[in-house]
Amino acid sequence: MTVIVAGKKKEYEEGLTVKQLIEKENVENPLYVTVTLNDEFVQSANLETTVLKDGDEVEFLYFMGGGR
Amino acid sequence: MAFTNEQLERYSRHIILKEVGVKGQKKLMEAKVLIIGAGGLGAPAALYLAAAGVGTIGIADADDVDLSNLQRQVIHSTPDIGKPKVESAKESMLAINPDVNVITYKEFITSKNIAEIIKDYDFVLDGTDNFPAKFLINDACVMGEKPFCHAGIIRFKGQLMTWVPGENAPCYRCVFKEPPPKDAVPTCKQAGVIGAMAGVIGCLQALEAVKYITGAGELLTGSLLTYDALTNDFRKIKISKNTNCGVCSDNPAITELIDYEQAECDFKS
Repeated sequence: MTVIVAGKKKEYEEGLTVKQLIEKENVENPLYVTVTLNDEFVQSANLETTVLKDGDEVEFLYFMGGGR
Repeated sequence: MAFTNEQLERYSRHIILKEVGVKGQKKLMEAKVLIIGAGGLGAPAALYLAAAGVGTIGIADADDVDLSNLQRQVIHSTPDIGKPKVESAKESMLAINPDVNVITYKEFITSKNIAEIIKDYDFVLDGTDNFPAKFLINDACVMGEKPFCHAGIIRFKGQLMTWVPGENAPCYRCVFKEPPPKDAVPTCKQAGVIGAMAGVIGCLQALEAVKYITGAGELLTGSLLTYDALTNDFRKIKISKNTNCGVCSDNPAITELIDYEQAECDFKS
């Protein structure tokens, strides 16, 4: 199936959960990333149980603390 | 307010824009913008807002200029080392445009002082360098119904978003529930930041303020704009309001401002 991750098409096997995608994509600081699936937030408690479907769009939103 | 010949000339490149015009320039000259943090993000934002003729610019920062600031904080110069950042910033702003009224706050924002500081401003820019301050600004602006633009930068990346009351758009806490534990996410001091990134994102924040004031175009409400300098990717990511948000939902769990603990090693930047 095709999953669009941060705007790029990626091929993954069926049944992949959001948690597994975070691991496969080597997300930095995986415990502190915010995930949206088709523009909706995925609550952290649901990362393990949310199974991705063909055509899903996933975004990773990262903490950026700098500025001064 | 009638424009002087000098003002007409100074702002001529604004006035000629159909999205700004005489009306928009007048709005800018009557506007009050607060910049929290006179550093990487605050520096370009303050310079451009002063150049734009924003009538009153507040600038808050408790620190003095340090040599390590000068790689990115372009509002300060080498002779300013040791001087309060807000004073150095004020001098630079007035040198560009003596018409603007600069109000300085040589203090860190806390749950005790922030509501009082932001209350007289039309728009707030978050140019701080730590999560406790970023959450405090978000919460105070949401509770005080004050439009603001959040931004963050690290390494070769940056991001920003805008919140305006009554627009049903997400706040910073909708996206990031609470500050990460100390040292869980690196700071610029630990991880570094490319100087021009502060320039790019700080200028985008200044543009959000100018667009809010003049009504030009669309604001970054309901989206997070991210920029990766290494891949040249600008991305506008759609974000929606979190119905369980601690501060902006219908029944918020947080009703008082919180001073989160700050990693001490990063207090001085």
